[in-house]
Amino acid sequence: MNVFINGASCISPQNSINYDEFCNEIVVHETLFLESINPEYKEFIKPIDSRRMSKTVKNGIIASNYALREAETEMPDAIIVGTGLGVVSDTEKFLEKMIENNEQFLTPTSFIQSTHNTVAGQIALGLKCHNYNFTYVHGGFSFESAVIDAVMHINEGKKNILVGAADEMTQNYYKIIKKTGNWKTEIIKNTDLFKYQTTGALCGEGVSFFVLSSQKNQNTFCILSGTQTIYKPKNSDEIQIRINEFLSHRNLQVSDIDMVILGVSGDYEQDKIYYEVQNSLFMSKYVTYYKHLSGDFHTSTSFAMWFAANAIKHNKTPDFVSLLNLKPSKIKNVLIYNHYFENNHSLFLLTEA
Amino acid sequence: MRVFITGIGAVSSIGINVSENFESLKAKKSGVEKMRFVETIHSDEIPAAEIKLSDKQIFEILALEKSGFYTRTALIAMLAAKEAFENSGIKISSDFKTGLISSTTVAGMGKSEIFYDKYINTDFSNGFIKTHEASDSTEKIADFLNIKDYISTISTACSSSANAIMQGARMIKHGILDRAIVGGADSLSKFTINGFNTLMILDRNQCTPFDADRKGLNLGEGAAFLVLESEESVLKNGSKILAEIKGYSNTNDAYHQTASSPDGYGPYLAMKFAMEMANLNPQDIDYVNVHGTGTPNNDLSEGLALKRFFGEKIPKFSSTKAYTGHTLAASGALEAVYSVLAIQNNVIFPNLFFKNAIPELNYSPETNFIENFQVNNVLSNSFGFGGNDSSLIFSKV
Repeated sequence: MNVFINGASCISPQNSINYDEFCNEIVVHETLFLESINPEYKEFIKPIDSRRMSKTVKNGIIASNYALREAETEMPDAIIVGTGLGVVSDTEKFLEKMIENNEQFLTPTSFIQSTHNTVAGQIALGLKCHNYNFTYVHGGFSFESAVIDAVMHINEGKKNILVGAADEMTQNYYKIIKKTGNWKTEIIKNTDLFKYQTTGALCGEGVSFFVLSSQKNQNTFCILSGTQTIYKPKNSDEIQIRINEFLSHRNLQVSDIDMVILGVSGDYEQDKIYYEVQNSLFMSKYVTYYKHLSGDFHTSTSFAMWFAANAIKHNKTPDFVSLLNLKPSKIKNVLIYNHYFENNHSLFLLTEA
Repeated sequence: MRVFITGIGAVSSIGINVSENFESLKAKKSGVEKMRFVETIHSDEIPAAEIKLSDKQIFEILALEKSGFYTRTALIAMLAAKEAFENSGIKISSDFKTGLISSTTVAGMGKSEIFYDKYINTDFSNGFIKTHEASDSTEKIADFLNIKDYISTISTACSSSANAIMQGARMIKHGILDRAIVGGADSLSKFTINGFNTLMILDRNQCTPFDADRKGLNLGEGAAFLVLESEESVLKNGSKILAEIKGYSNTNDAYHQTASSPDGYGPYLAMKFAMEMANLNPQDIDYVNVHGTGTPNNDLSEGLALKRFFGEKIPKFSSTKAYTGHTLAASGALEAVYSVLAIQNNVIFPNLFFKNAIPELNYSPETNFIENFQVNNVLSNSFGFGGNDSSLIFSKV
């Protein structure tokens, strides 16, 4: 059964609320990690509610509303969210108060908001949606698990599934994770990310929502032809085998792919896998990167999927996503390959509807 | 397509394996006590249901390498998952697609809260930075049991592992997996204790689910896993079937971020849809393992939903949370293991410390350990923050 993407919305460090604006100009950041450009909240969220909600919850409400509106869906049959870390800011708020006040004089608001399923719960609350409600929290498989679940729902006969991802980064949490050596420790310009040969990925954040549907409509972006997770593959040879299998299960070959989106993160060491795969499989392909735009985070593939869906629908991509301009005349099949620190690898295939 | 349970594993305050849990259930022995392992200023006033082993002891039982960084959540998860895996007798092979779907709410917070101040204010760093994330304990189990085909983690507050069970069953039905190891784990942390304390829903004494004078819940820690197999996998392996998963449903109350709706509409829908899927009538249910946390709000709302669903003929039911405390993400899977034990042994577990019925409800939970009671179908409820409601139906084969 075909799974159509009928709505797609993204809040990111770029002007991604509107795809044309996104293509017009890259937003330059010169910060330790990339922060999202937040939209106006007034239209969807009352100021009184807005004050106690973290930006990720708010962005989740906004992005899901946009995606539903685009898909002309009022009540989704399921709400499924992937998040690597949940609402970090509220978790920190409660934790810091608890440590500072030695477990005394605490208030519940930030604790309530800190649970991983806050975004999915708040969307359900806003829509008064009693249907299936799920939150996946598995690192670089969080969004992938949500999409796999959503596709199962379509195959079970459901019509419209709201599926998305939400992750945020904070100053304090970055201070901590920076110590692992996985992330950039110096301020760089995102537009120069691929010029540096340093270790550490450029961190980012973002919220994206999609409506996956069993029926095509006038707003359809494309077909979601497949999603797969690969846990700790041995080496890039295994990844190449898995990519070829993934395509051949869908009666395709690498030659049928018009555009490849790779999760190159700016980490000289971690990116070697991408270059190996790129050199053996995609030498003559239109290969694009996205993490200088969104930054790297657990659910960054949701940004890549938003980009891929729009690239197919509008048959248009900005020049700043590719180092070599081999843009095809028509973008029909897009393959996304990403890995999160070599543990969680994933593939997505999107096809013209 | 049918999905069978062929292995169970559980660790809680009333036992570090399934048989110890069963013995405590029979002996009406609660695990709620003064806290020993979590360092908190509340340890004199708030009791909890801790697993009676130190991290070091679990380390030794699992024979792990000393150099690794293991949170308590990961350790108890590995202990329970290993038991379920060995109980099923399945072997990892390329002939079967085997997945692991775990769940947690607290993840690595138990360690993060200890080191947070040092992480932020000094140059201090250690391996527990990476164990903070919810995926950590799942990947620890996956690597321990060599599971590679599919792994994921769910966090839907207190319904998390009920949803992991549901997800495993669905993935088998869709042919994505042949077998799934499903469950969840939550260890106690200062963060959780203080969080629930601010909500003013912690009982200062032993909790009394479904009692008129109930004062709140006791927090607990635990881990529980089940091995699910497709019919084909069962046949090829010759696995022993413990029970079948006949029905499941996930709904949302969509009423409030933390409180249940007064009429329990979400819980009612979850039970209704699970029953429809199982193709059973309410009178076919022999036992309900209720969510029954012991908070005034949950028990009334769940009680009204039960009444609405079952009418005047409410089956025997009990909350086992007076034994184990509320083990949060683990509770759905722990209670699924208890449901399987009820089916296997034809027994019903008592609702400890119950005295008087809730005035709005004209019925009471089971207070005795009942033996020789034919248990064919069990309904198990799990509800959580964010309005998450899940119901599961387990049946005798």
